[in-house]
Amino acid sequence: MISFLTSNAYWIIWLVKIGLLLFIVLTVNAYLTWFERKVVAHMQSRWGPHRVGPHGLLQPLADGAKFLLKEDPTPAGVDKLTYFLAPLMALALALTSIAIIPFGPEPLHIFGQTIDLGIANLNIGLLALFAITALSVYGVALAGWSSNNKYSLLGGLRSSAQMVSYELALTMSVVGVLLLAGSFNLRDIINAQAQHPERGLFGWNLWPQILGFFCFFVAAVAETNRVPFDLPEAESELVAGFHTEYASFKFAMFFIAEYTSMITVSCLCTIMFFGGWLSPFPASWTFTHYLPSVILIPFGLWVIWDGIRYETVFGKLMLPGVGTVMFAMGAALIAFPAVNEFIQGPFWFLGKIFVFLFVYVWMRGTLPRFRYDQLMSFGWKLLLPVSIANVVITAFVMLLWGAK
Amino acid sequence: MTPQLAIFFVLAALAVFGALNLILQKHPIHSALSLIVVMIALAGLYLLMGAEFVAAVQIIVYGGAIMVLFIFVIMLLNAGVEEHTSVSKLAGTVGVPLAVVLLGFIAVAIWHSSESAQAGLQSGTLANTRDISTMLFKDFVYPFELTSFLILVAILGAIVLAQREN
Repeated sequence: MISFLTSNAYWIIWLVKIGLLLFIVLTVNAYLTWFERKVVAHMQSRWGPHRVGPHGLLQPLADGAKFLLKEDPTPAGVDKLTYFLAPLMALALALTSIAIIPFGPEPLHIFGQTIDLGIANLNIGLLALFAITALSVYGVALAGWSSNNKYSLLGGLRSSAQMVSYELALTMSVVGVLLLAGSFNLRDIINAQAQHPERGLFGWNLWPQILGFFCFFVAAVAETNRVPFDLPEAESELVAGFHTEYASFKFAMFFIAEYTSMITVSCLCTIMFFGGWLSPFPASWTFTHYLPSVILIPFGLWVIWDGIRYETVFGKLMLPGVGTVMFAMGAALIAFPAVNEFIQGPFWFLGKIFVFLFVYVWMRGTLPRFRYDQLMSFGWKLLLPVSIANVVITAFVMLLWGAK
Repeated sequence: MTPQLAIFFVLAALAVFGALNLILQKHPIHSALSLIVVMIALAGLYLLMGAEFVAAVQIIVYGGAIMVLFIFVIMLLNAGVEEHTSVSKLAGTVGVPLAVVLLGFIAVAIWHSSESAQAGLQSGTLANTRDISTMLFKDFVYPFELTSFLILVAILGAIVLAQREN
């Protein structure tokens, strides 16, 4: 048994990593819907989900069960093969792109094995990601076409037009980062930002590439079909756009795909412009390494306090439990400095991703949708020229002052 | 059989199947989807030869941008199922023999290609981004610029044609 495990360690680690990452991503997806509903609700002076579990925390579970158990009718007149293929493509491509993201600098040493945080470390990492996003439009476009419904078709058409228009700006906007890093590899791109550890957050690509970041973020939001670029699903005009005819788990697949690509875009922004797992503080400030504990312990205490006052018995049991776990994790990080050092990278990486996800939700809560002509002129007349100008400026500056 | 060879045969079969399906399918969208399968299978073949950059660009440009445009146009025009006519006389008498001759030529060319060319393809020496950019922007810079100019002319032509209506 042991010899089998050690001789096949490579494959086993690989499979476990894939399974674990899928589990984490899908769970984060589920709670992202809860987070989004809560945050948007509070922005609109509502409570949001609050019936299923304390603070509505079990709402994602209820939603998941509902998606699985609902009837899944296939409308008459759909193009069968494409109708079934579209949600599969959307979900598969969205989940594949997560595999390329590296989550931390140091590999994990456990049971004599070295485990990298992240599944595939590709030389062409960024290009591979773009290749996957380039294909992911087919899920939406084909769903719209195969449903044989005019609203769906309009949604699919809008989505492919939007994709073609913003793909260019998206790709051009990262050329500056590639010039600075000299590599397509995502780990190299982060390490290129770590050349001046004493500068902290001023060493990140964000400052020399602020134009590139603007173009990339806007184009990436457009590629994920999120507000203010959610014309393909625009519920107030197209019912639900491309997924009008999809029910039950097929609808859930589109939903998961959308949220997963939000996570991917947040990861990419973090990696390319915000230093990935690098701390925003200068490297000499070692006391900032206690920040995870400083956040976890008070938050855990607050959750316990909140749970004791909660109305329902279930909340009185569940919330203090969760709070105790958080408190214990924070305390454990202080007790084991080695673990604390190890989680610094992932902590900052996940923290930055969380900020971007909040920005996504924030935009949904505040911005109105673009009109179609505004969308097109914004993409072609503003984003594309600005991103090309960014490439030219970066190249000239690097030529004049040497490579950084 | 090495894993590489096995993957090659799978990808090659996929590409051939996609190409045949492209012609045999009656609905334009299905044909376009088959073409995407061909593009992705070709990208896989490039990857197998170690040309990562070319593979990624193949998917981004052909699999992504160009085919999205195809599908967009097909959806926009709402193109229906095409009608198959019987094979024209010209195609039967001239096309089939020409196709056979072409296949023969390609087979002979591959048969006679030097060992070194085949070895070069298999070892994956056309790999990295630097080599490709040196080739494009140094060795073949004039043809490259000429091609860009040609595309620019085509774009201008499209704009002129579109403007003529108003």
